[in-house]
Amino acid sequence: MSTEATADRLVAGEWSGGAHPYRIGHRKLGMWLFIVSDTLTFSALLIGYSYVRASADQWPTPFPFYPSIVFSSVMTLCLLSSSLTMVMGVSASARGDLKAVRKWILLTILFGIAFLVLHLIEWKHLIDEGLSPFAVPAEWLHKWPQASPLFGATFFAITGLHMFHVFTGAVYLAVVAARVKKLKHEDVEISGLYWHFVDLVWMFVFPMIYLLSVDFTP
Amino acid sequence: METHAESEHEHFAGSNKLFISVWFWLLLMTGIEVFLGYIHLDVRLMLTILMGLSIIKAALIVAYFMHLRFERLSLVLTLVPMLVICICLLLVFFPDSFRSKDMRYKFNPPPAAEPSH
Repeated sequence: MSTEATADRLVAGEWSGGAHPYRIGHRKLGMWLFIVSDTLTFSALLIGYSYVRASADQWPTPFPFYPSIVFSSVMTLCLLSSSLTMVMGVSASARGDLKAVRKWILLTILFGIAFLVLHLIEWKHLIDEGLSPFAVPAEWLHKWPQASPLFGATFFAITGLHMFHVFTGAVYLAVVAARVKKLKHEDVEISGLYWHFVDLVWMFVFPMIYLLSVDFTP
Repeated sequence: METHAESEHEHFAGSNKLFISVWFWLLLMTGIEVFLGYIHLDVRLMLTILMGLSIIKAALIVAYFMHLRFERLSLVLTLVPMLVICICLLLVFFPDSFRSKDMRYKFNPPPAAEPSH
């Protein structure tokens, strides 16, 4: 048999059923495809935000060092650390050490909840100042007279959708931790994929929403 | 059904030391980003640097935490190029944002500097 024919046979074998061509299970492939589509959702939102900001006459840059930047930096630290604990949980799961898996996942959830609490406090600061999805606080209009009212809409939409992802991620991980004995290693890995994705999205939201809107006015 | 306890020797490449060093680099780059937020730079330059750093961070997370570096190349080639192309396609609309700024009706037009007769 020529080498070409052998190659044909191998490829057909790989893709003709009964095998995992990507060497991952169908559930993990499903999660990857979900992550791809969710990436496009967040990309569209962030690009929409950039579009609105670039076309606005004036865009408020209202975030002071304290509380906004300090809070959001600590939140970033929480999410990054939760990713580390999650990856530790997945490697414990590969070893079959289920007790350690539970411990690491619970730690991950705790970091996730810390993120949510800090973010909600940060939202409350802004809402108390008078920020809403359709209007900026009157005080801001003194500093930025032509401030686009779309600031609140983009801010709450993007951070709100991300917060929802963190919340569902925490619930998902709690279910995984509770049922870890019945689950396969790959299922733990899949929940890890989702959690890391939520972390990854924040790596773009944090600089684009917060660091590009630092308040320099005296 | 095969449960978790039975499959004890799963393969999960990467040592804890590797993951901790990835975490350290991610923190370092976040620190640099926060620092950059407090230097007065042109917003476009700033955006470029921040996005560059964020893409490096995203790549580290995907490669090591999400384990894509240790998966088959066919999976990487299925997921990554189409995502990059789709995001670039979203950016097609972007140049219009600069144009719409000038097209908008102005409520308070600046006083025209016309020579008086």
